[in-house]
Amino acid sequence: MSMLRSRIIPILLMSNGGLIKTTKFGEPKYVGDPINIVKIYNEKEVDELVIYDIHASRNGFVNLGLLERIAKEARMPMMYGGGVSDDVLAEQIISLGIEKISVSNAYITNPNFIKRLSQRIGTQSTVVTLDVRWEGDKYSIYKDNGTVRSNLDFVASCKDIQENGAGELVINLIDREGSLCGFDTEIIAKVKDFLTIPLTISGGCGSDSHIDSLIKEFSPIGVGVGTFFIFKGKHKAVLVSYYKHGFL
Amino acid sequence: MIVIVDYGSGNISAIGQILNRLGVSWVASKNLSDIDAADRYILPGVGHYKKTVDTLQNSGIKDALTRNILEDGKYLLGICVGMQILSFSSEEGDGVGLGLVNGSVRKINKNPMAQNLLCPHMGWNSLSIDDINRDLASGLLDGVDLKKGFYFLHSYYFDAPAENVIARTTYGFNMPCIVTNQKNIFGVQFHPEKSHLNGVRVIENFTKLK
Repeated sequence: MSMLRSRIIPILLMSNGGLIKTTKFGEPKYVGDPINIVKIYNEKEVDELVIYDIHASRNGFVNLGLLERIAKEARMPMMYGGGVSDDVLAEQIISLGIEKISVSNAYITNPNFIKRLSQRIGTQSTVVTLDVRWEGDKYSIYKDNGTVRSNLDFVASCKDIQENGAGELVINLIDREGSLCGFDTEIIAKVKDFLTIPLTISGGCGSDSHIDSLIKEFSPIGVGVGTFFIFKGKHKAVLVSYYKHGFL
Repeated sequence: MIVIVDYGSGNISAIGQILNRLGVSWVASKNLSDIDAADRYILPGVGHYKKTVDTLQNSGIKDALTRNILEDGKYLLGICVGMQILSFSSEEGDGVGLGLVNGSVRKINKNPMAQNLLCPHMGWNSLSIDDINRDLASGLLDGVDLKKGFYFLHSYYFDAPAENVIARTTYGFNMPCIVTNQKNIFGVQFHPEKSHLNGVRVIENFTKLK
């Protein structure tokens, strides 16, 4: 028996020090200042918070100063992803007070990196995020913000990530991002049986009932939410919101 | 004054930020003179058991802390790995701990009741208080919503005798998550600095223990 609750996780995208929100990895829209949004999420007592710097990899620059200010403000656990391809840098970010480091490109270019990373910062802090597309007959893993298809096999990669010491797997469905059309539960079914590490799924959340049904079927699971917690109405006005856990 | 023991581990700034809000004076330090001057300690921890203990041992912090805690009765709060190293030993890297609280640290999924559960234990979980230490619990957990609980992120747990357990969380089995020497030493497996108002309350309560 376990009383462990599913984690409902706002996902923030950072670019050049500001927060943006994209749809299917395109159409960037400015959302606000990261410190302000973290303060709002403190008040809302969110389970965890995820920040991806989506241009850190391309720019070859991780904004440690900003991460330090964010970590100091955050009263919830944080995960950071973007431009981390070096285990020493990862350790430095952890020392700022960020609990978990996510890698994507660094895993795809060098799958062995996960072992080195987890040995340095610990399994509990090592996360791999896979950006994935359903391509009619199979799931493909993409790198460089969804622009370049890798030749990695999806299921084999998930097994490999777990065996090499990652403590969490995040699966992000590129074509559902910002669509509000609901989560892809089929991809969860593909990995759920062999995963012994926590899984987080993101892409497509458009209502509380999407979250509720995911929890009902797969708890405990991490539920990543972007657009639905950031925008309201058809004009996509910025209005930061969160989910209310049933037990409260 | 509180010393947050700074031996290169994370989360010092988040703990410090909470102490600032509470108006409690603190310093993050590894200087032995600061440790002697402090009236209580917070031992944070993210990372590896053996590495953490070795660092404390080699820097002389271990001896200074032990002396102040055991001889002068100063209060200590260990967090996560900072809690685990209060034990005598760990399965993580065959480490030998500070030996301040009875018990040893084991891998969660080696416990038969948790072997089919996900590891690490990651997320928010509820707490229940052990009757045997209800008095100690009332000090540390005053005003805390036990059902809401705290944020956990760990693959190992502190296996302590019943008399050293203040509270447990349920993860396949009733896993100790607050331990004590029943006097002035407390360890919490969860991250109070990352557990919103519940966490703030635990840290505030700790600063007022006497």
